[in-house]
Amino acid sequence: MSSVRVLVGTRKGAFVLTSDGARKEWSIGGPHFAGWEIYHVKGSPADPNRIFASQSSSWFGQVVQRSDDGGKTWQAVGNQFTYDGVPGTHQWYDGTPHPWEFKRVWHFEPSAADPETVLAGVEDAALFKSTDGGQNWKELSGLRGHGSGPAWAPGAGGLCLHTIMVHPDNPARMYIAISAAGAFRTDDGGASWQPINKGLTSQHIPDPAAEVGHCVHRIAMNRKRPNVLFMQKHWDVMRSDNGGDSWQEVSGNLPTDFGFAMGVHAHEPETVYVVPIKSDSEHFPPDGKLRVFRSRTGGNDWEPLTKGLPQQDCYVNVLRGAMAIDSMDSCGVYFGTTGGQVYVSADSGDNWTAIVRDLPPVLSVEVQTLTS
Amino acid sequence: MIRIELPAHLRTLAQVNGEVQVDVAGAATLGAVLDALEARHPVLRGTIRDHVTHQRRAFVRFFACEEDFSHEPPETPLPRAVAAGAEPFLVVGALAGG
Repeated sequence: MSSVRVLVGTRKGAFVLTSDGARKEWSIGGPHFAGWEIYHVKGSPADPNRIFASQSSSWFGQVVQRSDDGGKTWQAVGNQFTYDGVPGTHQWYDGTPHPWEFKRVWHFEPSAADPETVLAGVEDAALFKSTDGGQNWKELSGLRGHGSGPAWAPGAGGLCLHTIMVHPDNPARMYIAISAAGAFRTDDGGASWQPINKGLTSQHIPDPAAEVGHCVHRIAMNRKRPNVLFMQKHWDVMRSDNGGDSWQEVSGNLPTDFGFAMGVHAHEPETVYVVPIKSDSEHFPPDGKLRVFRSRTGGNDWEPLTKGLPQQDCYVNVLRGAMAIDSMDSCGVYFGTTGGQVYVSADSGDNWTAIVRDLPPVLSVEVQTLTS
Repeated sequence: MIRIELPAHLRTLAQVNGEVQVDVAGAATLGAVLDALEARHPVLRGTIRDHVTHQRRAFVRFFACEEDFSHEPPETPLPRAVAAGAEPFLVVGALAGG
């Protein structure tokens, strides 16, 4: 009997939502770490009862929490993220050099093979790795050492490394994305990196087609076809068929190509989901209608999914980490809003219901598909 | 014995109720008290001051006997009443909404 566990990070704590495979009746657990910002909660594929949570606050900094019983109990593990060597500078908003300073963990990516190994994407942008279940962290400094680091600049949310994807068949290949630097790829387990932004065009940088400087909001892939990548950029929805070597725009008939969240269907590699958001300052859905757009053709041709979603007077946002896809036979799609709703569709997006409506603003949503 | 009052979030993190009590070998300086606190409750490392530089986090303040020690160097002696356990050393989260 399969079940799902949805891990929700919010501005004021973490929540664990559980259901059987039907995904109709839900239990709501939490808040865990009440009052703290929880940027990300993610379970280990190698041991689904092991879950990592990023707990932070402007007052007391970063805490890393780990559960070994599926989110019932938690223990704080290591929270020392020290940049390797002399951190140097990146660009500040006004273009002046600004020292690299650790602020928080945006993303955990637990290893698919080893429950003790987990990657962390942090602000200011860098990648860290733990091989002892989160007790100790070491920077994979080849990323910042790529040489373009001094040209990276923060987006409105900070200079954050927000997405980490590991190639399922070749763990030495990883993709990461940074706002506002762009996407990067390693083929040697993180020792060296190259920017993979060819084909991106961004008007907010002096050279719109520059090698780095692009505000990539999210990248996504289907694990069965990991060389095809999709990207929600600050503006533009993009696609790469060659592991990021080049990108082409697939925004097509979207009402706006601005947005944050993105997901790819677990069983249909050409089925992609985005949530268009109006402009780069209003940050709410066009026309007050909360619509997920689905393409079954890998982009360009998009259809609005509206059944069960508010179609008037809706002015929430869906942030970059707040969409997840389960791997049930009937694929489930989940997303959370800044209004505190977490929605689920158990039929690939055709119909939606709110699991919960009144959480704090949702920062991240992950889902675990469990076999018991 | 030094008495320390922590803000609510740090009491939760350290899994303590009420005041924390620590012993300090030698002079009860600001730095020695924080060292003792972190040794007693390692989970607090990094939440009050930086792991490496020991720089106080910007939104954390240190008060004792109605004096502000937030900007004093770590070798600063705390008041005699704190060293004697008559008054607590206060770790305070800056007031803010949100």
